[in-house]
Amino acid sequence: MITGTRKPMEEIRAMIAPFGRVLVAGCGTCVAECASGGEKEVALLASQLRMDAKLRKISLEVGEITLDRQCVYEFIDQLTPFLENYDAVLSLACGAGVQAVAEVFPQWVILPGLDTGFLGETREAGLWLENCRGCGECRLHLFAGVCPITRCAKRLFNGPCGGSRAGQCEVSPEVQCAWHLILERLERQGRMDCLEEIYPPCDWSRHQGRGPRKIQREDQRA
Amino acid sequence: MKHRSNLQAVLEGAHFAVTAECGPPRGADSQALREKAQILKGCVDAVNVTDNQTAVVRLCSLASCAILKEMGLDPVLQMTTRDRNRIALQSDLLGASALGIRNVLCLSGDHVCFGSEPQAMGVFDLDSIQLLYAARTMRDQGKFIGGGALSDPPKLFLGAVENPFADPLGFRARRLAKKVAAGAQFIQTQCIYNLERFREWMKQVRDLGLDQKTHILAGLTPLKSARMARYMKEKVAGMDLPDAILERMEKVPASKQTQEGIKIALETIEALREIPGLRGIHIMAVEWEQVVPQLVADSGLLPRPSVDRGQ
Ligand code: SF4
Ligand code: SF4
Repeated sequence: MITGTRKPMEEIRAMIAPFGRVLVAGCGTCVAECASGGEKEVALLASQLRMDAKLRKISLEVGEITLDRQCVYEFIDQLTPFLENYDAVLSLACGAGVQAVAEVFPQWVILPGLDTGFLGETREAGLWLENCRGCGECRLHLFAGVCPITRCAKRLFNGPCGGSRAGQCEVSPEVQCAWHLILERLERQGRMDCLEEIYPPCDWSRHQGRGPRKIQREDQRA
Repeated sequence: MKHRSNLQAVLEGAHFAVTAECGPPRGADSQALREKAQILKGCVDAVNVTDNQTAVVRLCSLASCAILKEMGLDPVLQMTTRDRNRIALQSDLLGASALGIRNVLCLSGDHVCFGSEPQAMGVFDLDSIQLLYAARTMRDQGKFIGGGALSDPPKLFLGAVENPFADPLGFRARRLAKKVAAGAQFIQTQCIYNLERFREWMKQVRDLGLDQKTHILAGLTPLKSARMARYMKEKVAGMDLPDAILERMEKVPASKQTQEGIKIALETIEALREIPGLRGIHIMAVEWEQVVPQLVADSGLLPRPSVDRGQ
């Protein structure tokens, strides 16, 4: 899933300052799972904004809506009947959702209410971990299911650096060293020979570094 | 221009090699660098120039190496993959060779978060093994990573580092094997305080036959004070400083600690010279280059051999 965290109140307040009528729009998928942009968070933020406006004696009208997804046109369309009543949309979707909505309604001001994070897993309640950078050529089979591109701070392909301590990464001691995990798992699986291979430099050109990527599948097109 | 570096000739001539490290200044004035280099001249076979060590911005390693070269020293260009992508790295390798800088030490480098510009984007387009492999391919096959041919292959003597003490322990010798397979002709290790564990590692290295395939130089950092010892033990990633050493430093009065540190270093050198398969030492006396001539002289490693470097 794609994670996000809500922007600080100060920043949101400054962003919506020029507008009198703001629609807070949530997204019911990824950011709902990571408890930052679903229906609950929309309701919470909307009432905080109303209360804040009242305290500061500002006139502010705040609406609420949560779409199933903000990154898919069929769902975005549900905003159409509401937009007329608002000056701006404060989107609690990930950056892809915010951009998709802005693309569909180019004449409206669409503001990001979240800081979009990463592709990750929900490890336990309240704990989300990044484990994929969407490099475009998955090599998890070579690394015992642990991604060194994402989980090693130096993106090393050919074994650990010299800095790990007791299995923790030198960069942030509370994070496990990806290479420690890889080695442990390969050893347990009796596949240490995987490590003898010298993996060549990554071919970033095929995947990243050339602007936005696109997937187009003829079999899926109408 | 001579095709072999002094370091390569010394190692291939089966002499016990001595190298030292020299950190460039945090400014554009080369005077400090020249002074450090002058201290090292004549008492070591080659001088490593660090590449923005600990991710702190310094005078560039390539330029510093050129200055050392001009002063008549044999520089070892340290190259980290942290700050430059494969285009810049390969270009620097050609530049080094063109300047007559033959020794290159390939590293991934300390993470940017430890340095002077923690907001920087770490590049890490290649890792150290990929850089080694690329440099070797440029030299031996005349090819860039991208596959294109280069007009004049660079002349390079390639090195890598290894930390015998880093986790996971059992894997370290195998990691060295990988570096050797990628093209490492010499290896400089993390500094050694735990001789016992180092001997164990050397045994693993010999069992894999790696001492026959590469020249291993043992890293050494003389302790200046008990405080430094404690810092190394507690704060430096991947360092293994046994309690016994720390206690020994702490037992002597502050005014005698430097002497004690030198004594420990001399004892370490003596012990290292007995280890089969070890080909030399690499002294990393951070901002304390003055101690190097004394260490080398007192351990009986002077004068340094004068060697034939070929045509
Ligand atoms: S290799 Fe890593 S970054 Fe690439 S797709 Fe697989 S998990 Fe994601
Ligand atoms: S400690 Fe492990 S995860 Fe951290 S940079 Fe080094 S190899 Fe990568």
